[in-house]
Amino acid sequence: MAAKLRAPGFYRAGWMMALGVAFAFFLTWVIRASTGHSTFRHYISGEAITTVSILAVPLLFLVGIGGFDYWFYWAMGRPTRPEDHSGHGARTWKDYFRINTDHKVIGIQYTVTSFFFLLVGGLIAMLMRAELAQPGAQFVDANTFNGLFSVHASLLIFLFVIPVFAGLANFVLPLMIGAPDMAFPRLNALSYWLLPVAGALMLGSFFAPGGAFADGWTAYAPLSTNAPIGQDFFSVGVQFAGASSIMTALNFLVTIITMRAPGMSFFRMPLLVWANFATSLLVVIATPFIAASQFFVLLDRGLGFNFFKAGNGGDVLMYQHVFWFYSHPAVYIMMLPGFGIISEIIAVKSRKPIFGYRMMAFSLLAIVVLGFTVWAHHMFTSGMAAWIRIPMAITTAIIAVPTGIKVFSWLATLWRGVLRLDTPMLFALGFLTTFTLGGISGVMLAMVPFDIHVSSSYFIVAHIHYVLFGGSLMTIFGGVYYWFPKMTGRMFDERLGKMHFWSTFVLFNLTFGPMHILGLQGMPRRVADYASRFADMNLFISIASFGLGLSTLIFLYNIVTSWRGGPVSVANPWRGMTLEWQVSSPPPIFNFDRVPTVVGGPYEYGVPGAVHGIFAPTPAAAGVGSGLARAPSE
Amino acid sequence: MSRRRSLTLAVVLALLAIGIGIALSYAIHWFPAQAATQARNTDRLYHVLVIACIPIFVLVTAVILYSVWQFHMRPGEELKDGPPIHGNTRLEVLWTAFPAALLLGMIAYSFVVLHDNEKKPAREIHVGVTAQQFAWSFQYPPAVTGGAPVESDQLYLPKGESVQFRLHSKDVIHAFWIPAFRLQEDVVPGITVQYRATPDRLGTYPIVCNLLCGIGHSLMRSAVHVIPPAQFQAWIQSRLRAAGQGAGASPSATVAGAPSSTSTAGAASK
Ligand SMILES: [Cu+2]
Ligand SMILES: [Cu+2]
Repeated sequence: MAAKLRAPGFYRAGWMMALGVAFAFFLTWVIRASTGHSTFRHYISGEAITTVSILAVPLLFLVGIGGFDYWFYWAMGRPTRPEDHSGHGARTWKDYFRINTDHKVIGIQYTVTSFFFLLVGGLIAMLMRAELAQPGAQFVDANTFNGLFSVHASLLIFLFVIPVFAGLANFVLPLMIGAPDMAFPRLNALSYWLLPVAGALMLGSFFAPGGAFADGWTAYAPLSTNAPIGQDFFSVGVQFAGASSIMTALNFLVTIITMRAPGMSFFRMPLLVWANFATSLLVVIATPFIAASQFFVLLDRGLGFNFFKAGNGGDVLMYQHVFWFYSHPAVYIMMLPGFGIISEIIAVKSRKPIFGYRMMAFSLLAIVVLGFTVWAHHMFTSGMAAWIRIPMAITTAIIAVPTGIKVFSWLATLWRGVLRLDTPMLFALGFLTTFTLGGISGVMLAMVPFDIHVSSSYFIVAHIHYVLFGGSLMTIFGGVYYWFPKMTGRMFDERLGKMHFWSTFVLFNLTFGPMHILGLQGMPRRVADYASRFADMNLFISIASFGLGLSTLIFLYNIVTSWRGGPVSVANPWRGMTLEWQVSSPPPIFNFDRVPTVVGGPYEYGVPGAVHGIFAPTPAAAGVGSGLARAPSE
Repeated sequence: MSRRRSLTLAVVLALLAIGIGIALSYAIHWFPAQAATQARNTDRLYHVLVIACIPIFVLVTAVILYSVWQFHMRPGEELKDGPPIHGNTRLEVLWTAFPAALLLGMIAYSFVVLHDNEKKPAREIHVGVTAQQFAWSFQYPPAVTGGAPVESDQLYLPKGESVQFRLHSKDVIHAFWIPAFRLQEDVVPGITVQYRATPDRLGTYPIVCNLLCGIGHSLMRSAVHVIPPAQFQAWIQSRLRAAGQGAGASPSATVAGAPSSTSTAGAASK
């Protein structure tokens, strides 16, 4: 038992978390006693203890689970245990609940955890739609309802869409560039374990006095700075989720720059790698801004700072500028990896090279740059200086050009191909149509007079779900089906996959399509109740959304049963050229038994005799590879 | 069917779809009643945008459906690949330049509408709008009433006269949205936000708080009554009498020339 309490794992995490609470108790006691709170009743304050606890307990959980062990050993001068990769691979399901440095294990940990939060976020959405089926109050009061949509959005943004892309890329990206692992495996393990922490904080806010944080995922000040304690769970949860994405993004950047196989020049990288390169740039530049915005809120709340208190010289609009300087790029953080997935699927399933490969890569970089020039389009009606609307509207319209290039290039890739219309491809084609609609409504929102009418209305709810559900989630489903054989070594059920696609596609449009009209008609978003003239359409939307929720069960059933007992998959079921398909399914523990040498582009379908990577017998391979650039600086 | 004939058929069907789409865009009741000149401009902008976007959406779906129809894998083609086409510079330049031009055209038009909607009229009245959790109140300054200031929890506006709203918040941010005018701005604590409207249709229309402001947000609604100018005067007089003063106010003072202030509606000043 004593050994268990000392070894990294849940036991050690347990007592360390208790230590965290004790520390919070002690710290607040000492500070309050020393600042003149003399009676015992004043020694302790539940609110102060909670605020310190939600910072200390998660950190000590990470220490307990073993996230920092290596660095502690090193810092204390004790002999570090060199990474011998003995922990690679997962032998039983229990291995997924431990610190593990294998990128394939971490990829699955990431993906499964994110899908757990998708289900929770989806269930919360069902509750909201039940409440909104009729005007008036049915199931929940207004405060709970405000908490529901705030947690729904926060979970699905910070704990589903962003990390699930990091999870899929964690699994396939090192394989795609011919690397044995990520550049920093221990950092990789730590960034995964930050996620459950962030999720627990956000869900835990429901148990806080005063209820969950209830001012939207945008948490505008000064509403958030005056909210009950549940708000702190959001502010701190975002720090952990943000730290996780920054660490993963740094890891991806270094991995892509330094760990490509011989011959894998930048313009031989699959577009999924390009997409994650671009996304990681966005993450490392933008994420510190949302961290800052939430620290400001935390300081205003906890220590009486005046960042956003208008009466005390604070600037209310400042919050929105800092917040959107992250949260607009975040839209692309949630979209570019999906673009990468779609490029992989469409090239392989159309049996053609990606049309305009270089322009596809350049348009990603153009989006990265332009993505930082449009944030105030979320603030056209915020009361900011009027002139800012002009440049922001122009850049917002222009950023549609690189996105358009990508859509047209995918269409041209389809043209004259030999199309395999299986589940991953159906999701890719479904994505193209729904995402185009989301893009079109986005362009319309760049038109200031129109935005002045619909800003913050249900039109925005429709638009964001066409982008994040019809866009991101479609690509995620497509990607999960596409790499499922590689990740698990088994095939999914194709018939159920098609059923899942069609039910999702139809019910998605029935759920979110009518919301455009609701918004134009004058229904605001984030309301627990609405005027009776919107009743019919809301009932329709609620019924469709329940069907949409149920369609997810088809997916779950398919994935669970196929993972447990689906037919065994061959190494390369889709006849893909990229490197991840050239190793067994699931891949060997160290990815490549022989180091691959890349000799051509990743999508040379239809070119007679073309190959992307070769696995020559080890000594001879050096001769082939030496003629090709390996310089990391390339 | 030969490739040429199927292509012709597809083009015809796509053109038909564009026609139906545009017809539908006129048939659908997108908006609530138009009750301000700004609403007319914005709705026209919306229709132009929809008409510009329909062909693009139809083009994307048509290419997908045509590819599915013509290029799907047939039995026996399991090992067949498509032609190795890597790109086409002329096409790529075209689909960069054409959307860019279209987008810039749309944005230019939207700026024209924005300018029209916000330009300063020769005469306008000022009405104060105060938001607090979770209610609206409206202040008519002496320049409008010709006597003491008048306050009301419903908004009354004379038809055909330009009005500039001056928005104040007592607590958190709200948004003052009149869907029938197609106009809104946030009501921000610490600053005064302004915007202009010219109501041009009699009737009563909803006022909605459109920015989450707390527990009562969804019920923070009010109404605007657009009434004939004479009736507006009578309403002001009755409010003044109710407050026990203002019996001798001169009606001519009710509309004041706009004092020079910020030149653009929506501008915020500390
Ligand atoms: Cu944005
Ligand atoms: Cu409100």
